[in-house]
Amino acid sequence: MKRSLRPLAATAVIFIIAYALSVMQFPGMLSTRVLGNFLTDNAFLGIAAVGMTFVIISGGIDLSVGAVIGFTGVLVAVLISWLGFHPLAAFAIALGVAAIFGAAMGAAIHYLQVPSFIVTLAGMFLARGGASVITQDSVPINHDFYSAISDLIIRLPGGGRLSFIGLLMVAIFLLGALLAHRTRFGSYVYALGGNPVSASLMGVPVARTTVQIYTLSSVLAALAGIVFSLYTSAGYPLAAVGVELDAISAVVIGGTLLTGGYGFVLGTFVGVMLLGLVQTYIIFDGTLSSWWTKIVIGILLFLFIVLQRIIFAASASGEESPEKA
Amino acid sequence: MKRLHLERLANPQLLALVAVLLINWALFPNFFRISWQDGRLFGSAIDVINRGAPVAILAIGMTGVIATKGVDLSVGAIMAVCGAVAATMVVAGYPTPIAVVAALLVGLTCGLWNGFLVAVLDIQPIVATLVLMVAGRGIAQLITEGSIVTFNDPALIFIGTGSFLGFPMAAVIALVLMILVTLLVRRTAIGLFIQAIGVNRSAASLAGIHSRMLLMLVYALSGFCAAIAGIVVAADIRGADANNSGLWLELDAILAVVIGGTSLLGGKFSIPLAVVGALIIQAMNTGILVSGFRPEFNLIVKAGMIILILMLQSPLVGNAAGFFKRDTRRAAPK
Repeated sequence: MKRSLRPLAATAVIFIIAYALSVMQFPGMLSTRVLGNFLTDNAFLGIAAVGMTFVIISGGIDLSVGAVIGFTGVLVAVLISWLGFHPLAAFAIALGVAAIFGAAMGAAIHYLQVPSFIVTLAGMFLARGGASVITQDSVPINHDFYSAISDLIIRLPGGGRLSFIGLLMVAIFLLGALLAHRTRFGSYVYALGGNPVSASLMGVPVARTTVQIYTLSSVLAALAGIVFSLYTSAGYPLAAVGVELDAISAVVIGGTLLTGGYGFVLGTFVGVMLLGLVQTYIIFDGTLSSWWTKIVIGILLFLFIVLQRIIFAASASGEESPEKA
Repeated sequence: MKRLHLERLANPQLLALVAVLLINWALFPNFFRISWQDGRLFGSAIDVINRGAPVAILAIGMTGVIATKGVDLSVGAIMAVCGAVAATMVVAGYPTPIAVVAALLVGLTCGLWNGFLVAVLDIQPIVATLVLMVAGRGIAQLITEGSIVTFNDPALIFIGTGSFLGFPMAAVIALVLMILVTLLVRRTAIGLFIQAIGVNRSAASLAGIHSRMLLMLVYALSGFCAAIAGIVVAADIRGADANNSGLWLELDAILAVVIGGTSLLGGKFSIPLAVVGALIIQAMNTGILVSGFRPEFNLIVKAGMIILILMLQSPLVGNAAGFFKRDTRRAAPK
């Protein structure tokens, strides 16, 4: 097996073992109903995590994701419920706003040469503040289009339901994987994360690629916001607080190196599913409280970071270590 | 010597603080009115100092971390954990000093854990501290069992709302901490070593600096400061709120440090100016509140401020300023 696939394999194996252990304890967890809900309940997180994967592979980080989800939800809700826009028009506007927002952050990161961490932190304050300025309250969305979409489900044998948003997440993951591994943009992203100086010497258009990466991340975050508004039928300025942390955790657990240059979009999918599994297990158990979710995710995060260390320390013998000091 | 001091007083941070305070005064003429009630000072200006203290305390620890080219995302969560420890121990009947010392030790341990990940396991600081940022709030909820633990212990409440010579206790704690830590890093070689690590860790190690031990020390100090801030905040609201204590304060602390002129690329830092940065942030928060704007504008103002600082610190502006100032040190060839 290729060495570079080891972290992905490790994540997949750990997910399968964890799932098998859960199923042994609660046989009900194997049902198609639970599997379908896995996809639906984590759809917005998964979509945002795809964008985050690209950002992290390029060696950056995007803290504005949760705020963009919240902002998009509010914007879409206000456009539909207060101003009478058609949902599709509202979606287009929201995605457009997010694209401009992400492009601005990418441009700031490249041209001002500041860490992405600080630029996207400003973006987080801006988006969250913008959402709160538009409205402080939860804005309900009652539109035929919304009910039509929530009726779009594929019934599985065993009572399971594949929802539109669950399938949308799967589609985004597949598109993301193609984009990362089969396009020129994808190779540019990996090159940037590996070493920005050599990337630019090799002819990678660093400025354009940086702007595109953060635009992609913001657009996917906005799509996640739309999915979140479909999921809750409302827009709320404080929605999805802290989702950026969940997304980063999913990316790390999925085997992507936070130092950049290495990672898999599909690994992130396993990461999201693993986070979903933790949550579902805690619900099934019933005696464990919700705060265990955070603790377990923290432990998983730590284990995977150490695992990456060990794997790369092992594979670095004889070749150059891929990490920066 | 005298000229040096004058130059220091005219630094941009203090000028910015004065400007923000003057704007507040213009918007709200009673801003500087200070009254004496029940043995302590009251007024909007005093309120700025009092409310700014937790972020100032965090910023003191964060400055050292950022000076080593790191960042500590976990301070908000550590605040929640330490507040929870102090509150539950007091409620369980332990004497206040023991509860406070225990909370401080927990903060120190959290900091050492971060330091261990960064210094020994060589994990990127953002990632290493992310672990506690995610798990910490869960641990705090585990300690308080998900509820807000309220207490009535007068000694503990004094830490948050008491006063010393008329000044709010929180501000006095922040001031003492600032002086102690500043003396520690400026009167010993530690500050120089921290800068050396921030500029180039491998070079510093080759030059004989125990970079591991120093990194551990820096993160431990950050955890310790977070513990103090956590106790102050819990004492102020007379309860430990695992969900909201210190929420997003890590970001405010980083912002304060950056406003204070500490370079995110490591190597240049100032603890007193980071405290001034915390006061600037709080002065703007208070200004927005007293002038009748909606508090939601706070976030947008903060974002605007970050963007402004970024532009001022960026090499682009640095190069342009190079025409006016004869400081071409940062005008790197490209």
